[in-house]
Amino acid sequence: MVLDRETKLKKLKEHQTKVNMIFQDQDCGQMLDKCLSMSPDEIIAEVTESGLKGRGGAGFPTGLKWKFAAEQKSDVKYVICNADEGEPGTFKDRQILEEQAAKVFAGMAICSRAVNASEGIIYLRGEYNYLRPRLQEELDAFNKKLKEKGFKFSIIIKSGSGAYVCGEETALIESLEGYRGEPRNKPPYPVSHGYMNKPTVVNNVETLVYCAMIIRMGNKEFLQLGTKDSRGAKVFSVSGDADVEGIYELELGMTIREFVDLFGDGDTKAVQVGGSSGHCVPRRDFEKTIIGFEGVPTGGSMMLFNSSRSMYHVLHNYLEFFCEESCGQCTPCRVGSQQLLRGIEAIKKGEKPPEYLNELKKLAETMKVAAKCGLGQSVPNPFLSIVNNFYEEIIF
Amino acid sequence: MSSTAELVQTIVGKHGTRREHLLPILQDLAKEQRYVTEDAMIEVARALDLSAAEVYGTASFYTFLEPVPTGEHVIRICKTITCYMKGKDEVIKAIEDHLRVKLGGTTTDGKFSFFAANCIGWCHEGPAMLIDDKVYTKLTPKKAIDAINEY
Repeated sequence: MVLDRETKLKKLKEHQTKVNMIFQDQDCGQMLDKCLSMSPDEIIAEVTESGLKGRGGAGFPTGLKWKFAAEQKSDVKYVICNADEGEPGTFKDRQILEEQAAKVFAGMAICSRAVNASEGIIYLRGEYNYLRPRLQEELDAFNKKLKEKGFKFSIIIKSGSGAYVCGEETALIESLEGYRGEPRNKPPYPVSHGYMNKPTVVNNVETLVYCAMIIRMGNKEFLQLGTKDSRGAKVFSVSGDADVEGIYELELGMTIREFVDLFGDGDTKAVQVGGSSGHCVPRRDFEKTIIGFEGVPTGGSMMLFNSSRSMYHVLHNYLEFFCEESCGQCTPCRVGSQQLLRGIEAIKKGEKPPEYLNELKKLAETMKVAAKCGLGQSVPNPFLSIVNNFYEEIIF
Repeated sequence: MSSTAELVQTIVGKHGTRREHLLPILQDLAKEQRYVTEDAMIEVARALDLSAAEVYGTASFYTFLEPVPTGEHVIRICKTITCYMKGKDEVIKAIEDHLRVKLGGTTTDGKFSFFAANCIGWCHEGPAMLIDDKVYTKLTPKKAIDAINEY
């Protein structure tokens, strides 16, 4: 059943009355007071029990990350807010920073108390430089408030310069230290050896806001939402062939079918969940695919494609993106991305037989295990999911 | 002392001389000089006690700091699939005709460079582009040219 746009908007509004944590106005002073009334262990327990997983895409349990950092013995620790939102199709962090910056700062302050950190850094992508003057203004006021309340913690903003890979936490740290944004080997993880080799928590913008809300309201409301593996809600960035586009906070655990009914234009043939580095879900799998960590995880990007679109073109666009944004440090990613791109071009032109696709699939499997960081390891996601589901569109 | 050396000195004075200050220094230089020049990189290397190759290596990694001459204003149009689906190609064609420059080039009067960028975070309001730090969304060929004419 295809709903008209009005009905879709009405349904979304109903949904918003049930789920509204990120864009709800809050008194940050009260948030900080609540945080001060709790011990670091209590804060970590509250966040851990909420089941919150990182909202940048990787989905590491936030409470656990904080616990690891808190256990480290060091005079200096850092809290970094990852605002290097570069995944194609994602624009939620921009909107959160535009509308609820103080809640992001509050999340950082809460984290600082939990892990005993003294310095906070927001790494803002260069493409969002226009946000910086206003953010700085709000931040100055917030830093003053922190001082008044007796926090031994302050926050600064640093800008990126147009490198997608810097969204990877160790590349981000390299960049902050003044180096090329090339990911480090893990382990050691940033929680023990991060910025300046000190224990560092790197959290996504949205994750920090959920932390702030969990501390403000307790984790009960959060626990009521979502599924066993994917607690809570999530902010989605919807774009492409959609009737309704933009930013929507939705409960995790809905099926792609439910999602498409709310946003699609009635002719959706595929949804790319999680941006260029995510998975493509074809129409026949809409019913059985759950949006969440038990199905297809996402950092928020949801791109819809209707039947007028060529999935070859979509894949080509994604692979071009990876060829440009690969940092070039490890061979599987640098050469692999280029070969996948050239490979599908050659098949399309008839220079290689369709069977060549099997070789490319093997290459993609190799990249999954051999690439150094999340970027190279996830290039195979769009490649395999599009090639396997839209074979005819790739070879003809 | 050359003007570049003076500029570098002022900027380094503002940020500091440790390695973690390198990126903010290069960002300021790119803002002041439109792009990071070879002379400036040598001066920065001297001030931070690094080799010039280290400075070049870092600068050349980042799209916004690439040490290649650019125009007075830099236009970066998003080339991600969602902007394409909303008609990015027509906008590019219109800008190319208007500025008489191909994507990737700089106008002969040195006023504009026209580059493609990866996702700039306005997918729901595409096609989108940045001119320097300012963002323009829901572009049509006409809107794009009007925006350029503001400069």
